[in-house]
Amino acid sequence: MIEFEGVGHRYGERVVLSDVELRLAERRVAFVGANGSGKSTLARMINGLVLPTSGRVLVDGLDPARQGREVRRRVGFVFTNPDSQIVMPTAGEDVAFSLRRSGLSRRERAERAAEILAEYGLAGYADHPAHQLSGGQKQLLALCAMLALDPAVLVCDEPTTLLDLRNKRRFAELLTGLKQQVVMVTHDLDLLDGFDRVVVLDGGRVVADDEPGPALRHYRALVT
Amino acid sequence: MTADGWYEPGSSPVHRVPAGWKFAALLALAAAVFALRSPVWLGGICAAVVLAYGVARVSLRRCAGVARSLGVLAAFVFAVQWWLLGADQALVVCLRVVTALAAANLFTITTRIDDVVAAVEHGLGPLRRFGVRPDRIGLLVGLTLQAVAALSAIAAEVREAARARGAQRSVTAFAVPFLVRTLRHADELGEALAARGEGDR
Repeated sequence: MIEFEGVGHRYGERVVLSDVELRLAERRVAFVGANGSGKSTLARMINGLVLPTSGRVLVDGLDPARQGREVRRRVGFVFTNPDSQIVMPTAGEDVAFSLRRSGLSRRERAERAAEILAEYGLAGYADHPAHQLSGGQKQLLALCAMLALDPAVLVCDEPTTLLDLRNKRRFAELLTGLKQQVVMVTHDLDLLDGFDRVVVLDGGRVVADDEPGPALRHYRALVT
Repeated sequence: MTADGWYEPGSSPVHRVPAGWKFAALLALAAAVFALRSPVWLGGICAAVVLAYGVARVSLRRCAGVARSLGVLAAFVFAVQWWLLGADQALVVCLRVVTALAAANLFTITTRIDDVVAAVEHGLGPLRRFGVRPDRIGLLVGLTLQAVAALSAIAAEVREAARARGAQRSVTAFAVPFLVRTLRHADELGEALAARGEGDR
């Protein structure tokens, strides 16, 4: 359960979010809104990358502002640009990097990493230079690196913006099959098939919060 | 990422030297080169490094790439030093820079980053009792090497964009977006590391 209680955020004078009240228990939740609507900031609050300047956030009863470590262990995060998420030279090492605190030996970590890569369609890429993968493969790698930590929640911030149509569909299908609760920030409305709840943000406020159909009608009316 | 100065798999004797020893040898060589003043000795060491490229069976294409970038640098350094200090000093400085950089390049061509990181972590292990965190320093070394690739990719993209706008000679058309993108990359990388729990312990 992810709870936002009267959450607001400002950078200096600029108000990015105000009075957000949400209780997210659904398996598939999307934050939709125009550029600058505050949706990415809201998503970053779930794992404490950004802290609210007013109100508070709770993830399974834990406050990211005070229990950041426990919260980040529960919440995985996939960013828009896979290039800045990959921190190790090869795909296998990058996934193994996530497992470095797992207590497994170097060899076991490498094996586990190879298994995870294979599970998500990157079999045989463990020794491949990570930065030479295609955009779609890089985003899969970023996903693998997060799933290696077995989080309860996966937050994705516009994960398909840099992908082509085929890779975008593939990524969306993979997300559908995950056991994790998924919170996705997007303005790609095609991705929202099968979502349980769509929260529409505008100017830092929640302006619609509904099933995808009605919420997206509201969003379309907003942008036209 | 540019192909320049990156790991090239191989099984030559140079590849097979353990990363830790190779790294120590590189440091020793760099120190020696900067301590020596005799052009004859420096020339000898430089020749030995060139020979090591042969032993490592580095592809000709890679050798040409390294030679080209070092050549440009050497010409520039030589010209400046000649003007400031005279031809003899310029030759010494040039040999030092070229030898050290060529050796460092050979090191990255023949050594996997992961092995370097593991060697650093292993080598610093005994310092753990003094509060040093070898895994942190290993990560730092890994990220530093990664940064070279990331920055050269950004530089290439920015140069392309400048060319597309016909501004390839403008310094600001390169420097401003390069700086902005580099800072943004640093921000994103920091966020990604935080999201993966780095810094939580």
